[in-house]
Amino acid sequence: MSSSAKHLHSIDAGHYKNTAGCETEVMPIPDIVKISMSQHIGAPCKPLVAKGDTVKVGQLIGDTDAFVSAPIHSSVSGTVVGIETQRNAVAGNDTLVVIETDKKQELSEDIKAPEMPEDLAGFVKAVRESGLVGLGGASFPTHIKYNPKNIDDVHTLIVNGAECEPFITSDHRGMLEDTQDIIDGMKLIVKYIGLDEAYIGIEANKPDAIAKFDKMFAEQGLTNFHTFTLQDRYPKGAERVLVYEITGQHMAAGVLPADLGVILSNVTSVAFVGQYFKDGIPLIKKRMTVDGDAVATPKNIIAPIGTQIHDVIEFCGGYKAEPKKILMGGPMMGRAIFSDEMPIVKNNNAILAFSGEKAYLPEETACINCGRCHKACPFNLLPTALAAAYERRDAEELSRLQVMQCMECGSCSFVCPARRPLSFINKLGKAVVKEAGVK
Amino acid sequence: MDNKNYYSNLAVSSAPHLVTNLDTQKTMLMVLIALVPSFAVSIYVFGWNVIVLTLVCIAASMFFEWAYNKLLHRPQTVGDLSAAVTGTLIAFNVPSNFPYWMAIIGCFVAIVIVKQLFGGIGKNFANPAITARIVLFISFATQMTTWPTPSMSTVDAATSATPLGILKEGGGELPSNMEMFLGFIGGSMGEVSAIALIIGGLFLIWKKIISPIIPACFIGTVFVIAFIYYAIVGGDYSALHMAVFHVCAGGVMLGAFFMATDYVTSPIMPLGKVIMGIGCGFITMVIRLWGSYPEGVSFSILLMNILTPLIDNLCLKITYGGAKKDEK
Repeated sequence: MSSSAKHLHSIDAGHYKNTAGCETEVMPIPDIVKISMSQHIGAPCKPLVAKGDTVKVGQLIGDTDAFVSAPIHSSVSGTVVGIETQRNAVAGNDTLVVIETDKKQELSEDIKAPEMPEDLAGFVKAVRESGLVGLGGASFPTHIKYNPKNIDDVHTLIVNGAECEPFITSDHRGMLEDTQDIIDGMKLIVKYIGLDEAYIGIEANKPDAIAKFDKMFAEQGLTNFHTFTLQDRYPKGAERVLVYEITGQHMAAGVLPADLGVILSNVTSVAFVGQYFKDGIPLIKKRMTVDGDAVATPKNIIAPIGTQIHDVIEFCGGYKAEPKKILMGGPMMGRAIFSDEMPIVKNNNAILAFSGEKAYLPEETACINCGRCHKACPFNLLPTALAAAYERRDAEELSRLQVMQCMECGSCSFVCPARRPLSFINKLGKAVVKEAGVK
Repeated sequence: MDNKNYYSNLAVSSAPHLVTNLDTQKTMLMVLIALVPSFAVSIYVFGWNVIVLTLVCIAASMFFEWAYNKLLHRPQTVGDLSAAVTGTLIAFNVPSNFPYWMAIIGCFVAIVIVKQLFGGIGKNFANPAITARIVLFISFATQMTTWPTPSMSTVDAATSATPLGILKEGGGELPSNMEMFLGFIGGSMGEVSAIALIIGGLFLIWKKIISPIIPACFIGTVFVIAFIYYAIVGGDYSALHMAVFHVCAGGVMLGAFFMATDYVTSPIMPLGKVIMGIGCGFITMVIRLWGSYPEGVSFSILLMNILTPLIDNLCLKITYGGAKKDEK
């Protein structure tokens, strides 16, 4: 497998990696945690605890029988004080298990390092029990990903260490601080799925991480493990872009990496796999970058899942200016939330708080047909034509112009000199196509 | 238990939450900067009146833009500087002794009729400055074709013909290719110096304001057609000499770098830009060699402007496939 000479279109969105040198700090246990029952794509979990129950660290508190799902564990020890419903950042309501912590952090008796499974089925079962979801952002339950239907055709593991979103450095810190966990995770995945090779794709702006992996792969005699240096441009960490850059194969929307012989996993997910098979502690805490001009002391932290954003900011010196916008995730694809009362979920890799001007997008003006959006699109779409088709609600035209290929990376909106929300229009365009049922 | 002060009224918007610094105004500012070398050469060649005429055109264009938006209660777009670019290009397309009132009519045609009546910036189907040039050319043929003699000329006359005029109608010696390249020749005030326009054009390409495709295809096509024509027809000069002559003469450089690349009226996809550039070069040379006018750049760009939506559509079909047939 060789690198492709050609690259997909990309943009320079700036890096703002202010916290790249900030060693991760472990946040103290807050007074209250609110653990959401919808932390993955798929069916939400049902709470297994009720008001008044005492819970311990790692105890299973939410689960469901649905196939696409992942169980949820308590991140703290304490008492359940309520089951709340809260509006979430998308359009629905989440069930939250509210726990008042006792700060003792007593481990649940169920926690023990899993015995090394005998086969893939055992491995996949253990991964599900760990509660792991895709930590790169999509939060797709990982155990499904690690169990492809065409098991005989997959041959390569690609670990995504690109972290192309501006501001975020948590994966970068993870690669430097949890290097051995990542390598152990890679070994397990390669072993149980029966893969030949493993690549870890890292952007060129993290030479320390690349050097560390190169050194450790060599020291440990892992000749089929390789680092792959990516351009430090946006969006090299997008799944379909990363697969193309490393394998040279185009991955259309709806095609799974496994169809191209690839298992793709985020670096933090892989690190968690490595750690879980050592100590058996399920996914109850998360490393994240806290940054933005409203935050007093930007940091990389590890916070218990369920910690309210307000408490996270408090740990980072509080707000130094009134926040006007808070993002879960990076500025390119992250989600703006309406309240800092919301809790951390499994796939949070950043909390960014902005004040003043930075919080608001500039006003939209008329399209001048400059074509920058087209030149920015990794998949060669034409956002101006898609926007025109959307204005007419023309589902057939939207479909013909391949709106479904859009992954909403935001590159077109970023480069638009008229400040049109092209990426968002594509999102709406996809809804038009789905509603009309056009194939 | 919850006695904390939460911020529960935060701004929500769809991603991305970050945009580039480059907006329409900065884009237009870059174009204005790129026109400065040609402006400087023009002052050197034709004198101070160049400055006055350029300022008159910019002021008139911006006034018409402002007044139209004001009268129709539309969002004010004069700040995006596109009217200033149009005004400068109109000035560059007329002789330096052109009457001010006629230039102001040109600005009115460009801003009000060609641009605003079709919906303002981004909606016009033809390049405003090119259309204004053609309207002025047809309306005031004498004034549009009376070019002052360059300051460094040894000829003792107030006016002199352009190189293309000499080529078409005779009556004088063709200037050397070096004079044409530098711009020490008669002509419209902003189009005489090939080197100054190339510097400005390369600046725009370097800053990624324009794509090099249209200028390269436009100039390349002019060069190739001229070369082939003179290789077959022959003449006093070599085919290569005449090919360079045609590239430097008239409005090819100004047209290729600054007018045919106008975002609004040129195709958006790379393949479309190739068609646009070749089409402009082809029509220019057909008019120059076989038409009754000595120069054809403005007509070629206008014609290709009109074809732009069709070219865009064609490229879309090639790239994404044609419309779905009924599968029954």
